[in-house]
Amino acid sequence: MLKIEDKIFTNIYGNNSPLLNSAIKRGNWDCTKTLIHKGRDWIIEEMKASGLRGRGGAGFPTGLKWSFMPKEVKDRPHYLVVNADESEPGTCKDREILRNEPHQFIEGCLLASFAMNAHACYVYVRGEYVNERYSLQNAINEAYSAGLVGKNACQSGWDFDIYVHHGAGAYICGEETALLESLEGKKGMPRLKPPFPANCGLYGCPTTVNNVESIAVAPEILRRGAGWFAALGKPNNTGTKLFCISGHVNTPCNVEEEMGITLRELLEKHAGGVRGGWDNLLAVIPGGSSVPCLPSEQCQNLSMDFDTLKELKSGLGTAAVIVMDKSTDIVGAIARLSYFYKHESCGQCTPCREGTGWMWRVMDRMAKGNASVDEIDTLLQVTKQVEGHTICALGDAAAWPIQGLIRHFRHEIEDRLVQRVFDVN
Amino acid sequence: MSIKILINGNEYEFEENLTLIQALEMTDIEVPRFCYHDKLSIAGNCRMCLVEVKGAPKPVASCHFSLSDLRPGPNGELPEVLTNTEQVHHARKGAMEFLLVNHPLDCPICDQGGECDLQDQALHYGINKSRYKENKRAVDNKNIGPLVKTTMTRCIHCTRCVRFTSEVAGTEELGAIHRGENMEITTYLEKGMSSELQGNIIDLCPVGALTSKPYEYHARPWELRKTESIDVMDGIGSNIRIDSKGSEVMRIMPRYNEDINEEWISDKTRFIWDGLKSQRIDSPYIRENGKLIAVSWDRALTLLTELIKKTDPNRIGAIAGDMVSAEEMFLMKKLMEKIGSNKYDCRQDGSILSNQYGRSSYIFNPTIAGIESADALVIIGSNPRMESPVLNARIRKRWLTGQLKVFLIGQEHDLTYTYTHLGESPKNIDLKNMPLNNSKNIIWLLGDDVFLRDDGMVVLSKVIDCAEKTGSIRDDWNGLAILHKHASRVAGLDLSFLPLDENYSAKKMAKSKEIELLFLLDADEVDAENKYRIYIGSHGDRGASNADIVLPGACYTEKNGLFMNTEGRLQETNRAVFPPGDARDNWKIIIEISKRINKSLNYINFEDVRADIRKEYPIFTNINQIEKDCFQDLNRLSGQKQKLSSDIFANTISDYYLTNSIARSSKVMAECSMQKNSVEIRNG
Amino acid sequence: MIDTKKENKDFSFSEQNLSLAEYELSKYPKGREGSAIISILWIAQKQNKGWLSPEIIDYVANFLDLSQIRVMEIATFYTMFNLSPVGAYHFQMCGTTPCMLSGSDELKNVLYKEIGEQNSVSKDNLSWVEVECLGACCNAPIIQINDDYYEDLNAVDLKNIIDELRKGKEIKSGSYKDRLTSAPLNKNVKFFTQDEIERISKNRKKPGLEA
Repeated sequence: MLKIEDKIFTNIYGNNSPLLNSAIKRGNWDCTKTLIHKGRDWIIEEMKASGLRGRGGAGFPTGLKWSFMPKEVKDRPHYLVVNADESEPGTCKDREILRNEPHQFIEGCLLASFAMNAHACYVYVRGEYVNERYSLQNAINEAYSAGLVGKNACQSGWDFDIYVHHGAGAYICGEETALLESLEGKKGMPRLKPPFPANCGLYGCPTTVNNVESIAVAPEILRRGAGWFAALGKPNNTGTKLFCISGHVNTPCNVEEEMGITLRELLEKHAGGVRGGWDNLLAVIPGGSSVPCLPSEQCQNLSMDFDTLKELKSGLGTAAVIVMDKSTDIVGAIARLSYFYKHESCGQCTPCREGTGWMWRVMDRMAKGNASVDEIDTLLQVTKQVEGHTICALGDAAAWPIQGLIRHFRHEIEDRLVQRVFDVN
Repeated sequence: MSIKILINGNEYEFEENLTLIQALEMTDIEVPRFCYHDKLSIAGNCRMCLVEVKGAPKPVASCHFSLSDLRPGPNGELPEVLTNTEQVHHARKGAMEFLLVNHPLDCPICDQGGECDLQDQALHYGINKSRYKENKRAVDNKNIGPLVKTTMTRCIHCTRCVRFTSEVAGTEELGAIHRGENMEITTYLEKGMSSELQGNIIDLCPVGALTSKPYEYHARPWELRKTESIDVMDGIGSNIRIDSKGSEVMRIMPRYNEDINEEWISDKTRFIWDGLKSQRIDSPYIRENGKLIAVSWDRALTLLTELIKKTDPNRIGAIAGDMVSAEEMFLMKKLMEKIGSNKYDCRQDGSILSNQYGRSSYIFNPTIAGIESADALVIIGSNPRMESPVLNARIRKRWLTGQLKVFLIGQEHDLTYTYTHLGESPKNIDLKNMPLNNSKNIIWLLGDDVFLRDDGMVVLSKVIDCAEKTGSIRDDWNGLAILHKHASRVAGLDLSFLPLDENYSAKKMAKSKEIELLFLLDADEVDAENKYRIYIGSHGDRGASNADIVLPGACYTEKNGLFMNTEGRLQETNRAVFPPGDARDNWKIIIEISKRINKSLNYINFEDVRADIRKEYPIFTNINQIEKDCFQDLNRLSGQKQKLSSDIFANTISDYYLTNSIARSSKVMAECSMQKNSVEIRNG
Repeated sequence: MIDTKKENKDFSFSEQNLSLAEYELSKYPKGREGSAIISILWIAQKQNKGWLSPEIIDYVANFLDLSQIRVMEIATFYTMFNLSPVGAYHFQMCGTTPCMLSGSDELKNVLYKEIGEQNSVSKDNLSWVEVECLGACCNAPIIQINDDYYEDLNAVDLKNIIDELRKGKEIKSGSYKDRLTSAPLNKNVKFFTQDEIERISKNRKKPGLEA
């Protein structure tokens, strides 16, 4: 279990005040100026050395991403955009950072912006997080008053502005280029890549989009050193991570833990264990709704890290663990996710627009037992026709849960379809 | 910079700034597509053009992928693109199936049938059996005006129409509301569209979601005879294709010509065709007891012959209209000369623009395509959006690149681009107010309405002064651009279909008692009084209803003829159908008159007329060419010291949809006009 | 669902909302004011009792110098914009899988019974709609009522909430279990005090701050 000394988020539950006074006591804004004065190369090298992989789902090395920004500012300003459009089903960690640890996050924004030569940072908060947005704005106002951000932020000589922008209900805006479109006042439809945001992002300017958690952990990584962070977790899967545990556990919760913790330890130490005991586990979705589920057999000694889960054809994603016990109608549960993707498809490109609706309708019938067995293969083919053929990853995200279901629970679907025939006759 | 790549194993070299789809097209590899259109921004949404790029984890959209984004292999191998692999076929078949699952199977009643991209591509990429067992999506149709019919269930969401209206037409009217599978193309609360270029979205729509409302259920594409021709609704001579069935024109489509209309045509050009069939004069008429009665050709011509014979030749005049061909004017002029009169004019609107200062003083010298290399445009007394919507779209295209500054002197209008308004009268033509120092290629665009003013030539002289001072008239660039809105005007000026004495200009002849007999060759915009009026033309419009003798002629879809567009570019119309009833080719009518009065013009066939016109006016030799003369004559115009009036530049187009006799005969144009007026009344 | 009937009421921002809107505009670089469209529509929706009427679309289009169809595209793309009237209390019930696993179907039944069909306003001015993941899955099931989250609900809690609202009473937002935010509901969980955290923080090694 992660020691309190090694935790980055010490007020994630909000038992102490989120306000500046309190945050400073917790160690936020501690010598930020010193960190800035070490220079952007040092910051980026430290981030690289820490092995931090993006916490928004894709797991791309954060330091490397930062290094993609042009070294010098030319005719176009640089921007940092923070993705606080947390909408991946199962995920609710950024919400806690925004409302309970806003200063940790704002400090991260300053350091990241400085490292990437950005004087302005936009935080895109999902529209539903109204109160979280106010908390964040309140903290930003405090930081401005205290001279921590704004002109000559922290007396570092660096001018830095941070703005809160909000969405209005669109999961797709969590995709980085859709987020940029939305931030520009357009519909949140993902852009074609290349060009990538580091070259042509917000308003056509070099931009980096990072997840809230990736940014919020940066100050502590820089202060305590890349070595400290890299020593936690496993090689290539370093550090700590906020896990969101929901579904059929006794005490669902958010918790910061070391990467590579086993699923069982995670659930039993923090979430009170699976409802009805470990043996009552049917399956987990280990990284938010977009990753394929894993059956209990694969969960026995499951290490919660990017590489292990990838090997199992699933993924760590946002580390949102959705637990399903044996009472679960797993076909229905995945069908509900299919509805989610159909509802959230932006409609721009053909395979996703038409495929998500098709997949949901078939899944819905299957959940009700109202399909024929050969449709399982058709459905699988449809998922393959969507996967990899869309503009953004939403198509993949819609396909994978179904593929996971068929891979591991095909018998479950078949039984249901066959059973219905018996029942009807 | 060029780049070498392997396509399906063969090595090619391309310019690096191409997209993959462009490169593939150059190698004659067909790439299916729905959303991609080379005149619109890239959407990349249909996913039909996916190809495999070695090293890329997923297939890439070739419409969007730039050659410069290709990377060599790990050992420096050439970048490799594959278009015929299993992966590519799987991707395209998948996209096709997705497009079809919610597309209705109503091809037998769909107007797009036979020329439908979806139908065509389904032949190659479709699966012959539907695996989709759910109900198909149904979408309510939208009423977006009298021109474009919508069947929104057929829409495949390629967004070409949305991109066209916001990018090319410059009217933000269409949009895609809602999202996901509920996305729908519509106007705001189903308002009627206002763009004069909206018909182009019918061509752009790859399926039958947007079809032509007037053409609804009229014909099938394979029944139509296609005739390549040009349009006469405005001065640019858009290239068109006339689709006819039997003796009827069924529709008019654009023809690609990068120099003139790219692939767009205006709504007047496209939807005028119902006007070709109504109010047609199909028999000669003479006026008896104040009423026009139908008579035989012989009787009408006999009467005319008598009238000509008993009239003093000096009291006979002729006015040519705005849609007559060069040959007709040429013959009319010959006829008048044979009769013994030199009183003829091709400027029925009363323009004072003449040809005495050389050709470059009355044409659009920079050329339409040249707009794309201009960096400043000064519009004087013109509303290009109404006078030539397609040319206006070209201005907008240039303006969108951010490299064109626009200034306007004259009445303000929504031109679909922003401009600096410098005032409304000639007094405002002042270089001091125009920051043109950094501009090299300046266009000075004068509307032809400027020459309806008494000081028109002074304005021209002033503009030439400005043009010379700013270096806009030089060997490689002549920025003087007269925008004619009449199809036959430039040819008329080239042929000197002009009176020697301005006292016998069209306007004056129409009113003057001195002229006792006046030929109106398709001229409907002058009100002639107190004289015998001989109307030769196609439509029962103003000219015919006031005439004493009406001789039924052919209109532009029914004749071969030469036209000079506003650039001075020679083009020709081709006959698609024959004139109705007893109506005859105008050139034959003129020759018949000449025979009747025993002053025969000795032409047996049309080719002889053309040969002769070319002999006398070599400028009419090379189709599609612009014959430029030297600019020195412009110097004579420069520096005139007459006075400029402070009257504002007035625009004469009161209703874009009703500018000529064919348009006034068209129900569709009348509907457009009504819609536009009602919108204007509503918006105050 | 789009309510297209114009009420022929002119809409304009209240003075307070106008300054809010102008503040939103000020966040973006010159010429990029269109970026504020979501927040401007949001402010307008709040002023208009939770929905966007055609008058508002016109007003916002004018305010931002955009065409009406562009504003309409935005208003229909994002699900938090309502294009037909909603109740004084608008319930957004999350029905996505994590909430579903935790009993959102039970809540849905209560809403059907107490308020009626989705997207319709009840006689006592309540409305509800099933929405997708609200991002508070560790506190599932959740309902957002207007701006606030109501977490860890069950059918009884929800019935009580509706009854209280009908009586015009204030209701408490947040978790309906005895629980601190998304901390585990477990008496043995140790929450560190401010002083303890401060001590721990001070004792940490911070090589990054060394020269």
